[in-house]
Amino acid sequence: MLRPECLRVLAAHRTDEIVVSIFRAAFEWMALSPSDLNFTFVKAMGQIAPYGLGLALAFPKRRVIVIDGDGGLLMNLGCLVTVANAGPRNLIHLTCNNGIYETTGGQAIPASERISFSGLARAAGYPIVYEVDDLGEWEILVPRLLSAEGPVFVNLIVAPPPEPYPEDWGAAYSRERQKSFKQAVMSR
Amino acid sequence: MSEPPSAEAIVEQLKQARVEFVASVPDKMTARLTELIERDSSFRFIPLCKEDEGVSICSALSFADRRAVLIIQHTGFMDSINSIQGVATDFRQPLVMIIGLLNKEPGIKPRESKRVGVSLTEPLLEVLKIPHVLVDVRGDETRIARLVEEAYSTSNPIAILIGREVV
Repeated sequence: MLRPECLRVLAAHRTDEIVVSIFRAAFEWMALSPSDLNFTFVKAMGQIAPYGLGLALAFPKRRVIVIDGDGGLLMNLGCLVTVANAGPRNLIHLTCNNGIYETTGGQAIPASERISFSGLARAAGYPIVYEVDDLGEWEILVPRLLSAEGPVFVNLIVAPPPEPYPEDWGAAYSRERQKSFKQAVMSR
Repeated sequence: MSEPPSAEAIVEQLKQARVEFVASVPDKMTARLTELIERDSSFRFIPLCKEDEGVSICSALSFADRRAVLIIQHTGFMDSINSIQGVATDFRQPLVMIIGLLNKEPGIKPRESKRVGVSLTEPLLEVLKIPHVLVDVRGDETRIARLVEEAYSTSNPIAILIGREVV
């Protein structure tokens, strides 16, 4: 299944969740689900799950969705333990697993054929773990995810779209959008 | 020689500055401090696997105006520079780091230390334009609350360097 197809399903069910994303998935998400509650203000690969944990602790009455990448998660695997140990019930950690470093030219991630991200998450202590490679299954799962008590981990087996979405780094890292995020998250 | 910094005095400073969250990777220089914090129910303690996670967690908490401190070793600071820059500095996010200068010699200025990592810590902070102070002897702790206030009022990272093992 294509990553934008998965994200479109998630967008259809989104209400007031904070969504943290980075790189290609962020550009797709910003196009599919524009909102002041989109958080894209992280330049450091491997940091969006810890950032999502911080936001989940900061706003315990809100649901926080992290759209991670497989390469980014590999860069900071210990964060699975940190997140599971902190145990935020309002955190959903999605990993878009396409087996490659997409933004640097499509190089394979290490052990792409053997690694089990869902196995790693389970072993780290996430109480709820899914692995999804079928869009129909994902459509059924999303509403359940959005009401589950987490932390929840989902390994989404995806492919990038044939044509990448336009990259708008200025928007992703905009200070104005950062201020709008703070206003939105504090006011609603 | 003057007495080493007091862990209890640092805790009082953090409370005075309304710090609620403390994230940490264990550090010998601040072991007594984190021991007190873990036992104190006025803090939420978040153990980390790696220091750069704490950069993101502490920065994220500031969006709810909730204050946090990251307690790490200078080795962890060096390991976290990409995150400090790509999460806090570039986005002007507050970040308070308490950094233990592991094995710094007593009475020696950090940049004059024979421990290479210790000697590089202040110059690296300066390259990153991160204000820093040294807490090296009893009494230096009294600067901490003001520095935390400064980090949050200016929305920038700051570093508090611990030059001797706190007691």
